[in-house]
Amino acid sequence: MTQLVLFNAFNGLIIGAFYALMALGLSLILNLSGVINFAHGGFLAIGGYLAYTLMPYLGFWGALVASPVLVAFIGIVIERVLIRRLYGRDPLYSLLLTFGLAFMIEDGTRFIWGAQSLPYQIPAWLSSPLSLQYFFLTGYRVFMVLLVTAVVAALFFILTYTRLGIRIRAGTLDLETVSVLGVNVRVLRNLNFGLGIYLAGLAGVLAVGMLGLQPTIGDNLIMPSFIAIIVGGLGSLPGTLAGGILIGLVSGITTVFLPAASEAVIYVMMAAVLIVRPRGLLGEEGRF
Amino acid sequence: MPTNPTKLAGDLLVWLALLSAPFWLPRVGSYVELGTHVVVFALAATALNFLLGYTGVLSFGHAAYFGLGAYGTALTFKYLVPSTPVGILAGIVLGTVAAAIIGPMIARLRGVYFAMCTIAFGQVFYFIAFQWFSLTGGDDGVSGWHREPLHLGFADIDILNNSDAFYYFVLAVFAVCVGVMAFLLRSPFGRTLLAIRENERRARFLGIPVDRHIWMSWVISCFFVSIAGSLFALMNNFVDPRALRWDQSGTFVIMTVLGGMRSFWGPLIGAAIYLVLQDYISSHTENWMSFIGAFFVLIVLFFPRGVLGIIRRKAAT
Repeated sequence: MTQLVLFNAFNGLIIGAFYALMALGLSLILNLSGVINFAHGGFLAIGGYLAYTLMPYLGFWGALVASPVLVAFIGIVIERVLIRRLYGRDPLYSLLLTFGLAFMIEDGTRFIWGAQSLPYQIPAWLSSPLSLQYFFLTGYRVFMVLLVTAVVAALFFILTYTRLGIRIRAGTLDLETVSVLGVNVRVLRNLNFGLGIYLAGLAGVLAVGMLGLQPTIGDNLIMPSFIAIIVGGLGSLPGTLAGGILIGLVSGITTVFLPAASEAVIYVMMAAVLIVRPRGLLGEEGRF
Repeated sequence: MPTNPTKLAGDLLVWLALLSAPFWLPRVGSYVELGTHVVVFALAATALNFLLGYTGVLSFGHAAYFGLGAYGTALTFKYLVPSTPVGILAGIVLGTVAAAIIGPMIARLRGVYFAMCTIAFGQVFYFIAFQWFSLTGGDDGVSGWHREPLHLGFADIDILNNSDAFYYFVLAVFAVCVGVMAFLLRSPFGRTLLAIRENERRARFLGIPVDRHIWMSWVISCFFVSIAGSLFALMNNFVDPRALRWDQSGTFVIMTVLGGMRSFWGPLIGAAIYLVLQDYISSHTENWMSFIGAFFVLIVLFFPRGVLGIIRRKAAT
């Protein structure tokens, strides 16, 4: 029993790490630019497929490094060409635009790589269990948790100590003042968008090692990421991180006792948060 | 009643076109079923516009209540009674009750936050329909039933086999719903919604209970959307979880924007353009999703005011 709970809790932690990666990217973009990026799941899929294509040339590690960077670059270009035009307009329009982008990306990946699920090879030493008793602790899963932890730590380091990060946080609070102080806000939003998409691309590369590769891979991850943001509190990145891991864990543990409710429980959590504390766990009062 | 003569002429033109559709649709190389499809989605989009265009609240989860209306009708037909009025009633009750329960949780939220929560809540019903296999058939949907002819006492109308009759039945429901919505928008309640849209803070200062009005507008909008969903199930004699997925919600929003958000007939025009185009594209290419996606992007970039918004602007200058 303890083992079963541990197994599902660990599963939940991993899936929660994915939600957190996705949700942090969404949150970065939402906070600074007011855009809900519906195409985030699409960027995740691109990350996975690019890694698949690059792996024969660069190997597993090379693909892991290169693919998210390429996805971030695609994101930066799309922001420049399309999304930038919608800043300051009704959020309805950016929603619709990213919605259309999500359609195009899903269909595009299906067109290029086919609709069938593709296999993705991870190094053999990573895929073997580390211990016989705790068979679910494969090297890849532990590696994933460590990597996500490192990336999130790096993200918070960037946001806290680098000039870019401080400007992003300041822009989240008051973009106009940041602009008046001489920061090029267009470039700032552009880089910030790239940073958010980088996280989606990274989540994509990591996800294909676990879930396999198909055009709709992002669909199952984007809705929980929204909920992670709502539960954690709009406008708060630590809140988003906590929200993602929390809903992953809760849904994992629910699987032990009531498997049918594992999906529903995160919506129940969202409802509970909205009733008791509409700003979310760590959200600011009156921001939205 | 509209006093403005151009408006009156516009209304007359719309109703004439709708009433005569079964006569001219086959003559322009189309078919009546497409007309029925347009009217059903026009009802859904007009209902969404009640909230989006006239209350100024951004809902991106209306497919849930559309789908609940459809499921309520389909399940009633399959398991309870094969009766068209009872089926529609069940669909309306299911969709409206769900909306009324969720409403208070989101009525205090605004802007993107409201949009996100409506999307997320919408997905709940998608998962239920998808996973409750024994009741809903999961991904395969609810099939093995069909709509029943109407028995009015003095006459029987065969809406099952006669597609013209079914078109007029759908149009009659549409007319009643649209009439009620137009009446509501002209009432003091509707004016209050406009006031909230234009300046929420001022409305609050005037003592208007804003959150309660948004909740009411939300429930009214979802009530009419569930009627549209119910008609959608009757039209197909079938329903599956795609009816309540988030991409369906996006379709309603794009129809509304394409036609013109601030205009009463905008959603109807948007639904007609969208569905005719989709019909054409999906019969010519397998990659219709890319085209629809590109269509979304183009509308947002070059056509944000919609067809009627542009016409109105031209007329004003």
